[in-house]
This record gives sequence, structure tokens and C-alpha cells, in this order.
Amino acid sequence: MKLELRGVRKGYGGVEVLHGVDVTAEGGRVLAIAGANGAGKSTLIKVLAGAVPLDGGEILLDGEPLSLRGPEDAQGLGFRTVYQELSLVPQLTVTENVLLGALPTKRGLIDWPAAHARVRALLEEIGFADIDPRVRAGRLSVARQQMVEIAKALAVEPRMLVLDEPSAVLAGTDLDRLFDLIRRLRERGVAILYVSHRLAEVMEISDSITVIKDGRVVDTLTPARTSEDEIIALMAGRRLEQIYPDRVPEPGKPLLSVRGLSLDGVFDDVSFDLAAGEIVGMFGLVGSGRSEVARCVFGADRPTSGTVELDGAVTRFHTPGDAIGAGVALVTEDRKHSGLVLGMDVTDNITFATMARISRAGLLDVRRRAAHVQDMIERLGIHPPRPEVPVRHLSGGNQQKVVLAKWLLTRPRVLILDEPTRGVDMATRVDIYRMIDELTREGVAILLISSDLTEVLGATDRVLVMRGGRLVAEVGSADTTEDEVLAHSVGVAA
Amino acid sequence: MTKQPVSAVLDTDSGEVAEATAPASARWRAIVPSPTVLVLIGAAVAIVVVAGITNDSFLTEGNMTNLLRQMVSTGLLALGMLLVILTGGIDLSVGSVVALTGIMSAGLVSGLPLPVAILVAIVVGVLCGTVNGVMVARFSLAPFVVTLASMTTFRGLTYVYSKTPITPTTPDFLTLGSQNVGPIPIAAVITLAMFGLGWVLINRTSAGRALLGIGGNREAIRLAGVKVQRHLVLAYALSGLCAAVAGVILASRVGIAQPSVGVGFELDAIAACVIGGASLSGGRGTIGGTLAGVVLLGIIDNLLSLYDVQSYWQQVLKGLIIAVAILVRRGERQNT
Repeated sequence: MKLELRGVRKGYGGVEVLHGVDVTAEGGRVLAIAGANGAGKSTLIKVLAGAVPLDGGEILLDGEPLSLRGPEDAQGLGFRTVYQELSLVPQLTVTENVLLGALPTKRGLIDWPAAHARVRALLEEIGFADIDPRVRAGRLSVARQQMVEIAKALAVEPRMLVLDEPSAVLAGTDLDRLFDLIRRLRERGVAILYVSHRLAEVMEISDSITVIKDGRVVDTLTPARTSEDEIIALMAGRRLEQIYPDRVPEPGKPLLSVRGLSLDGVFDDVSFDLAAGEIVGMFGLVGSGRSEVARCVFGADRPTSGTVELDGAVTRFHTPGDAIGAGVALVTEDRKHSGLVLGMDVTDNITFATMARISRAGLLDVRRRAAHVQDMIERLGIHPPRPEVPVRHLSGGNQQKVVLAKWLLTRPRVLILDEPTRGVDMATRVDIYRMIDELTREGVAILLISSDLTEVLGATDRVLVMRGGRLVAEVGSADTTEDEVLAHSVGVAA
Repeated sequence: MTKQPVSAVLDTDSGEVAEATAPASARWRAIVPSPTVLVLIGAAVAIVVVAGITNDSFLTEGNMTNLLRQMVSTGLLALGMLLVILTGGIDLSVGSVVALTGIMSAGLVSGLPLPVAILVAIVVGVLCGTVNGVMVARFSLAPFVVTLASMTTFRGLTYVYSKTPITPTTPDFLTLGSQNVGPIPIAAVITLAMFGLGWVLINRTSAGRALLGIGGNREAIRLAGVKVQRHLVLAYALSGLCAAVAGVILASRVGIAQPSVGVGFELDAIAACVIGGASLSGGRGTIGGTLAGVVLLGIIDNLLSLYDVQSYWQQVLKGLIIAVAILVRRGERQNT
């Protein structure tokens, strides 16, 4: 099978996103699509999934023109897409999600034993036999949900499988198992499109790499004859000198002290300090309780016991509003569910946490609001630079910049960032690292929660490691290896 | 992102920056009607022109005044309903609140001064809404169920207050509903003023933006430090307020307060919001669109009566028009 996109153009509401893109995918090969935020990767995927119609150009299947009038057409041809945003129904079981609309029946009733067996076999095939098909999808970790999505895509033998940032939520052995699966599918002649900006993975798994930038194909390369640096330069249109800023830790006076914080059944007796001007990393596997600690510190959830001290005084943040008032900000890990109101515009989303401050006598000072928003758009390079665009239309990285802008406007003294670079391209990541480095020079204390080992060591001064709801280690970032941190997080002596 | 120091990012409090960077277009954008509203206005104008040509009595001053008066109830209820719908909720109890506050104001006026009687009725309306809001916000109950229950309860309270219609003893009571300022009914002026306040609330206050945000993504708004429960109660309380004003004006216009009045009023109010572009799942809707929806529904009602269309056929036609309006809006949304 050979699928060619020729001169594909696509825009939304008068803004063209793809300006004539040529891409060729072949059965039995893994094609990686690499590009920065807003380069057009997501749109390209939607075109292949039949989710959006073309504005121009053509799609050829084995040389014959192909017209995809909707997702049904693409699925009928065996084109399956696993989107970055999980599309499982959380209230339904894994089995129901995987076989949605195609549950086996016996005498008009659903044949549950057969359905579960079928899904169990699928999960085994993808290397995740440990997922129970009978549990509700919403109870699985995000990583597991991602694998269920993939099982769903494989429920009908695919001819082409498109994976959109599959590694955004997978790490370590989970990722290895995914790669094994991809290799098996390749041998069976399935065409794989692997969309990612994590270049190490792209180099490892792909047979060829197509780099797109600003809606155009810049180059198509072979992993053997290129380097990560070359691809980064192509994606960014510039060379990135250095990913992580050099840091000389100079912790100032202690700002935030967490003492014996516990949340029943989630985490237990967590204590740590953040000093002004310090970047502290927090690492832990999914389920270790890191995000939950952050939410309790911020007042989003109520801890069972323990205290939070700010400037040496015990403070109780009953609500996020209390925390914001005291100068604590939390960028949550899931911007779609807890960070943004997707249907509202950039202006509203940037100012939601500071509306009271930009009001005068109960009325919003719209000029000041516009000025704040304009300023943030310029300083963070939010693209397109239009405050009235609904954030739904922005790319993942730009959405993340909007969330960051919202919290920067609160002028935090303590900034907690939970996976701030998930689904964010390399160039934007570098900008984010530089930004938090500069914030620390203003005396801001940063807690950077991350499941990216390189990041958690590279961008921080010291790292707290969590395992099973407990803080198990604290190490200096400069003199610790990734293996040591990982060993602490899984409980193996380094 | 540029290499400018982050201190500059944070230092945005000076007024000079505001002068320099706030684009004039941004200020006007909120005022210029959206395509939805323009389509609705176009439809209304077309209907008016056709009606004016084919029916002699439509464009008379008497009928126009009458038309404005008829739109008052739906208008006020739709305004309150919009605030609730923006949060992703619904208020089915407004018709019952109209009856309760109408009959209370007509009854109380025999023993109390007119302004006090009206004030009491309005306070009762706000309380009704607050009860709804507290049930929805504090106890996390579904708005549909809460207001379905309170619709029955408030109707029951209306009959408890008086099983029979009440004719107000003070002639002044009729002023609000029947007198005009020039050719414009006082009631229409009040309604328009309240729409103006509603526009300010939604577009120019943090509470208004929060209502939209709550409907769009409640958790994100909560984490941004907004007191979600308080805002939900506010929306339902204001819906109760609007219903109370509508109740008093209606009793005053008719000259007699019926305990059975207002059945089904909530449906017209919801229809006006939806025609005007509001989404029942919350987070989207405008004052201008809702007003346009009210006007369109009002003109249709008025015309169908003028043409002597049987009331059952009126309902059929109205239903069809609502369906068409929603289809038009859907097409428009897909183009953006």
C-alpha cells in the first residue's frame, strides 16, 4: 500500500494551516512526522483521518485518487488514528470502549464473555495483558488509557495506523512495549505514521522522517543520515544553542514549607521546602502522588493532615483563590481539562485568574485587560497573536503558553508547574526553561513536576523523588544520573 | 518568546502601556453584533417589511406598542434564563415564579404601599432563585431536576397564597404594565434597561466572564480562584429577579393576577436564548442574540394573531421556526 498526499492545503476560518504538503506513507514502513507546535501536524492527521475536508491538493491511494468524505471513509479503508487527546468514554468499561459499536452479540444480547475475551486477546497482542477489560476506562492511568486507545485502533486490522504523540503520556517500559508493537505491525505490512516532536524516539523507531514547519514540508530525512540537532534546527528554523540554561543554585530565604502533608490513600507525610530563586524538580512514576501533592498545596484539594507554611507562617489554603492571593500559582498537567476554557478566547483565558485585579468599581477595565493580554502575547510569542481567537483553534504549545500567561499575570512568588512541557515542541520547551530560569532571578520559587528524566535533572537545582505516595529521596541535579533518579522512583537501590 | 527579561512580562500595571497597546478594534468588537444576531435582525426586518405590506394593521402605532408589551415577559425571562444557560444550567421554574410574584404583588398592595408590595414580590423572586442556586451549587444537584421540582413547589405556593385570581385594589398598580413613555410602554423601557445591565454584567464584569467560564470548563475556572458556587447562586438568583419583575409587570398589565399564569413561559425563554445562539451545554451565548431571539419570537406571535392563525397552528409554526433558526446557526458555526 502506498498513500500519497500531494499539494494538500487546508485552513480554518481564513487562516491557511497547510500550504501544499507532500507526504508519502508506505505499507511496512514507519514514517515519522516531526514539527514544532503549530507546524500543522495535527491538521495533517485530521486530513488523513478524513476528519476535515481538503481545501486543495489530492490524496492518492496506490496511485488512484481518493476522496475521504468523512471519518467513516477513512476507517472503511483501514486507516486508524490514535489522537493525542484521549477519546475514551470514562464511564464505560475497557471492553465497551475498544469494541464501541461492534460488541459481539448472541441471540440479540451482548455476549460479554466473548467481548471480554476478544479485548483481552487484543491487549495481550499489544503487550498490555495486565489491563483488565472489565474495569471502567476512567479508572485507568492516562498511560493505560492511551494503550486502550491503541487497542481500539487495532480492533479491526488496520492498513495504516497514525499515532499522534503517543509518547506524551508513556514512559520507560511502556514505551518499549509500544515500540515492539510498532515493529510487529510494520512486519505485517501496516503503514505507520508516528507523529512526535520527541526526537530520540523518532530516530529510534522511524524509517524516514518528514519535517514540517509552518505548514510546509521542509525536508524528508533518513535517521541513519541525520542527527537530532539537524532536525531541531529544521523544525525551529534556527539552531538551538543550549536546551537548559546554566544554573548556579543560589537559594534565598525559604518561601514555602510543606510539613507532613497527607491525603488518605494517595500520599503520606510529604515534607519539603522551596526557597526563593530555586527550581526544585519533582519526579515520580504515574500514580506516585506528585500531582496530588501539588493540588493540595494549592488548595485545589483538601489534604487529610499536614500544613503549608508561607514565609514561616502556617497558612491554610481552603480554595485556589486563597493560594493565588498569597502568591502561589499552579499550572496543572492537563490543560484541556483544568487549564483552559477551550470555547473562549485568548483574552478571557489569560485573565481568568486576575479578573478581580483588573476590575475597577466592579467593572472590568477592558483597556488594561487588553494591554495585559497584548503584553503576554508578545512576550510569550503566542501565535497567532490575536486575543479574540478561541483557544480551541490554537496548537498545543500555544495553548500551554496561554496557561502560563494566565499564571504569570497573577505575579506568583511560588510557581508550581505540573508537566509544563508535555505535548510541547523543543523550541517552545527551551523558551519555557529560559523563562522559569529568569523568574528565579526575580526571587520566584519554582516546583517543576515532570516525568521526563532529562528535563527534571536538566532544568532544576535539586530533585525530590516520589514513590507510592511518599517522598523517598532528594538529590542534587548536577551530581545525579538519570538512572539514580529512576532507581529511587521504582525502589531499587542504585 | 523573546529574550526580554521576565520582569518586563510581569510589569504590566502601568497605565501608559494600556494607552499604547489596547487596540481600538478590541474595544468595539464586543459591541458589534455577531453574525447570528445580524441574521436574526435580517430575518426580523424581512418579516416586518412583508407584514407591513400585506397587513394594514401591523405597522400601526397601536399594534407596535402592543407588540412591545407582549415581548416584555419573554424578554425578561430570557434574560435571566441566559445567565443560567451560560453556566450550563437551566431554570424551569421561572413560569411559576411569575405567577407567585404576580399574585403576591397584587394581593399585598391592598395592605402595603405600592412600592413596598412590589419590592416584597421581587425579594420573593430572588429568594426563589437563590433556593434553586443553592441546591444546584452547594448540593451539586442537576439544574433540570432542581428547577423541575421547584417549578411545582412555587406553583403550589402560588395556590396556597390564593386559589382565586386577585384583582388589585389600588388603581396605581396598573401603571407599570399599561402606561407609556411617549409611544413606548414603561414595561418595555424597563426591559431594555435590564438588557443593558445584563450586557454590562456579561461583558464588563468579572462575574459575567466567570459565568461563561463556568459553563465552558468549571474546573479550570475553580482553579483560577473563582468562587464557582457563589457565581452559580448569583445566576439563579438573577433569573428569579427577572421572573419576579416579569410577574409584577404581567399582573399589572392584565389588571388581574391569576394563580395559573405563566405555564410554559420557560419554554419561550429557553427558545429565545437558543435562537439567539446560546448553547444549552453552557459557555456560549450573548445578550444581543437573546434580545434578537425575543424580538423574532414576539413578531411571529403577533403576526400569527393578526392573520387569525388558529392557536394550534401558531404553535406548529413557532416550533418549525425555532428548528430552522437553530439549523441556520449550526451552518454558520461550521463555517467559522
